[in-house]
Amino acid sequence: SQQVRGMATLKMISIRLKSVKNIQKITQSMKMVSAAKYTKAERELKLARPYGIGAQEFYKKAEVKDEEGEKGQLIIAVSSDRGLCGAVHSSIGRIVKTDIAANPNTKVVIVGDKVRNILQRLYAKNIAMVVTEVGRKPAVFGDAALVAQSIINSGIEFSKGKILFNAFRTVVSFRTTEMPLYSQNAVANASKLPVYDSLDGDVIQSYTEFSLASLLFYSMKENATSEQSSRMTAMDNASKNAGEMIDKLTMTFNRTRQAVITRELIEIISGAAALETKN
Amino acid sequence: MALTRSALRLFSGRFTQACQVRGYADAPSMSLTFAAPSQVLYNNISVKQIDVPSFSGSFGILPAHVPTLAVLKPGVVTVFENDGSTKKFFVSSGTVTINEDSTVQLLAEEAVPVDTLDISAAKELLAQSQSQLASASSEVAKAEAEISIEVSEALVKACE
Repeated sequence: SQQVRGMATLKMISIRLKSVKNIQKITQSMKMVSAAKYTKAERELKLARPYGIGAQEFYKKAEVKDEEGEKGQLIIAVSSDRGLCGAVHSSIGRIVKTDIAANPNTKVVIVGDKVRNILQRLYAKNIAMVVTEVGRKPAVFGDAALVAQSIINSGIEFSKGKILFNAFRTVVSFRTTEMPLYSQNAVANASKLPVYDSLDGDVIQSYTEFSLASLLFYSMKENATSEQSSRMTAMDNASKNAGEMIDKLTMTFNRTRQAVITRELIEIISGAAALETKN
Repeated sequence: MALTRSALRLFSGRFTQACQVRGYADAPSMSLTFAAPSQVLYNNISVKQIDVPSFSGSFGILPAHVPTLAVLKPGVVTVFENDGSTKKFFVSSGTVTINEDSTVQLLAEEAVPVDTLDISAAKELLAQSQSQLASASSEVAKAEAEISIEVSEALVKACE
């Protein structure tokens, strides 16, 4: 019966070995795919950065501040639909949860399924809108414009606003950052707004709407690059871990195989010895 | 706590490096950042003059222009660089910001050099948009067709 057990354990180990080897192949190929997507995303981000930084300049130069009011807070949480990318989605989810706990009058517009899954259980009534089909293809300005238009059409009002996303730093690091969002009233009451000549309500409205789309586009580009680089790192680590498991399992497999052979030999020899002594 | 720290980093990090650079190139000339979502045409470059087409009329921006905001109309932006050369770009839409410190941010949804435009394609687009307007049923479709006509007319004008 010991022999049977040895064989069964051998089979189990070899099944496990095969499955871990498959996992390693999958994570390696996912890493390659992410590396390619990351290169493209980083290239597009470089081209988008002056645009994104330029879009924030007016709000800094005009010293726009949050509206004094009780209309609540708007958070646009930028993530994507796909997982296996490290801490990218959970870091956004964590900050949204802290924000809602600090300020219950908060509405969240979620871009991407993953953050929706994180927030759905406890904060479903704070979720104003969810955007899906995000992350499969690189974002273009039209996508951001669509989201901005939906936000504007929904008539959400807010005194304080922010876009929450992961700003890309290097291949191995990203930082969860927020960009401030100001309502039209906040812009109209900015301390340095009178410095700006001949502005009417129409111009301010068009300007803030366009800049919402621009800022959203920029945050989507930064987030996409962070996501791909994070996925690359995560899949690389997974492949390394799988490799370690394969080494350990192979060792165990060989040891078990040798033990089985030794046991068989012992049985044969002791059987033969017993026959000899009988004779 | 983490939020204010990250907001502070936003202001003190790389985002304001550009501001510090602009401070040096400040007084006599103006610093232009002209970008589209997928390309950078000018990034904090000192230029002499910029002519922009806007809904409140086309105007030229010189150093020490009064600060203002404007919404871009489909048309041609002309940049007069410091070395005397002029470059023309067709923009579809966007915004222009002129700040107190003579920095200009020209954010265009799409911007292409005028010499890459094909006049026959532009005329074809105009014809298509006009037939679209004729067959448009809803208010939204009519508005979209009118926008299309406005852009194609400006395109044809830019090619001529």
